[in-house]
Amino acid sequence: MSDRRQQALAASLLQRAQLWRDAEARSRRLAQGRTEDARDATRMADDYRLLAHDLARARRLLPDSRTREYLEAAYARAHATLHHGAWRLGATLLTLFRDDIPAVVRWLRPYILWSSLILVLAMGAGYALVHRYPELIALFASPDAIASVERGKLWTEGLLNIVPPSVLSVQILSNNIVVSLFAWCAGFLFGLGTLYMLGLNGLMLGAAFAFVSLHGLRDQFLTFIVAHGCVELSVMCLSGAAGAAVGEALARPGESGRIESFHLAALRSGKLLIACVLLLIGAGLIEGYVSPNPRIPLGARIAIGVSYWLLMVLLLSGWLFGRPRRPAA
Amino acid sequence: MSGSAPDLNIESDTGIDVSLPVAGPGARAYAFLLDWHVRVILALAWFTIAALIFNGSLRLAPPLTNDAHWFGFVVTPALAIYFLYHCALELLMRGRTPGKRMAGVRIVARDGGMPSAGALLTRNVFRLLDSLPVFYGVGLTATIVTREHLRIGDMAAGTLLVYERADARPPPTRAQQRAMPRLDAAGVEIVAELLERWPTLDVEARAQLARAALARFGAAVAGDTDDSLHAQLQTLLRGPGGDT
Repeated sequence: MSDRRQQALAASLLQRAQLWRDAEARSRRLAQGRTEDARDATRMADDYRLLAHDLARARRLLPDSRTREYLEAAYARAHATLHHGAWRLGATLLTLFRDDIPAVVRWLRPYILWSSLILVLAMGAGYALVHRYPELIALFASPDAIASVERGKLWTEGLLNIVPPSVLSVQILSNNIVVSLFAWCAGFLFGLGTLYMLGLNGLMLGAAFAFVSLHGLRDQFLTFIVAHGCVELSVMCLSGAAGAAVGEALARPGESGRIESFHLAALRSGKLLIACVLLLIGAGLIEGYVSPNPRIPLGARIAIGVSYWLLMVLLLSGWLFGRPRRPAA
Repeated sequence: MSGSAPDLNIESDTGIDVSLPVAGPGARAYAFLLDWHVRVILALAWFTIAALIFNGSLRLAPPLTNDAHWFGFVVTPALAIYFLYHCALELLMRGRTPGKRMAGVRIVARDGGMPSAGALLTRNVFRLLDSLPVFYGVGLTATIVTREHLRIGDMAAGTLLVYERADARPPPTRAQQRAMPRLDAAGVEIVAELLERWPTLDVEARAQLARAALARFGAAVAGDTDDSLHAQLQTLLRGPGGDT
């Protein structure tokens, strides 16, 4: 193409600068939610085509110009605005809890079974270890807790005299949430990190149970954990299952490639973690307000523990928010 | 190890690829540091103001006993600001934070669109892993060794950090383009940009640049004062008899 002709084409392209400015302004308004004008939305599709067309010409005619830079940015912004799904919070949350989370639970069923088995085995191992060698409790419990049990008192006794229940709840639930999320993230290490978290938590619980049993505090310990423990342990298994799915996606990626497979598994299993976090908030409140309170009888604790566990089952099955829609076979 | 940052090219319905320059570890670290300062300042500001209100005097010390009100009013919100800063702001500002905005980067999904809420939550939860063992060691290493400079959270969420190109300036106005027979497209850009940057340039430097531009585009230098050079550039851009 001759220089003269190219220059004429470039000149004609630059004549359209005002159209680009208008298109970009519209795109910004729509992206920032500052307009509800239907005309703006409908003209956006025309703007997108206009910017694409002119960008293609600018790439050829003015490759190193600021016009091209500007058009690249305007086109990318228009693309992002057009390809942004609407955020309808209510509908999204309803779909998440009614349809998505139950579907994830169904998908993770074998992983949940395996992670539960690993947790139980680790608990058994921890119990057997400390039952046979009580001095090994030092590996799993703090010196203060050990000293308290050796004096014949659970470390949780009188806890509410030192720490208010609200503070205790926040401390417990934030710690549990971090552990649960970490068990999921640690699936990135081909599932080994999740296995470690499940194993360690199982060993600690089994060891603590054996140690309090050796000192005649088993019933008190069970009384302490019954209200919050059912859901807390179940959530540990759920987040372990989600982590295992992430690990398997990396270890056996299939045709889509390792990173894509990891991304899909993380996004899909991550939905379950939202339910886990909510359940752990409830469990933390129970552990702060109910479990250390000596005035609450065992019957009430069992009722709370069982009810909360059933609530968890309803939440995970989607029944809490209406009948879940099963995908067509 | 990855070389220079590639562009993310996304196929579009129009047949013209969207090209997004991927931000490297430097831009990421810069944005993170800016955000870190913002959230530390915000958390400390909350702590200080709330503690002063709580104590009712110029004292920041906590009560001697564990006080639920102190914890709920002073400590918890300050910690929430610090730890939930990225998560909350990325959701509210659709993939941006004040630090990212200042660094000129934003988060996008792999299709170039805005990331979903689930993706933003996922990328933030994975900070637990990326921040290990200290100072985001894992995340920083991942951004250095991966081709698209992704930390683990980005891989999990399917997101990338790209340059915003917010400073991309619009091309010359129609009036400026009337000088096209005299100036080619590149010339219009150069002169228009020089005029735009005129107030920010050193007097000597802008005089030198103006003389060079006038000489290059065949305009005789009719005066050598600062004002005269500025006027001559404007005339060159407008063309004979043109307006601005």
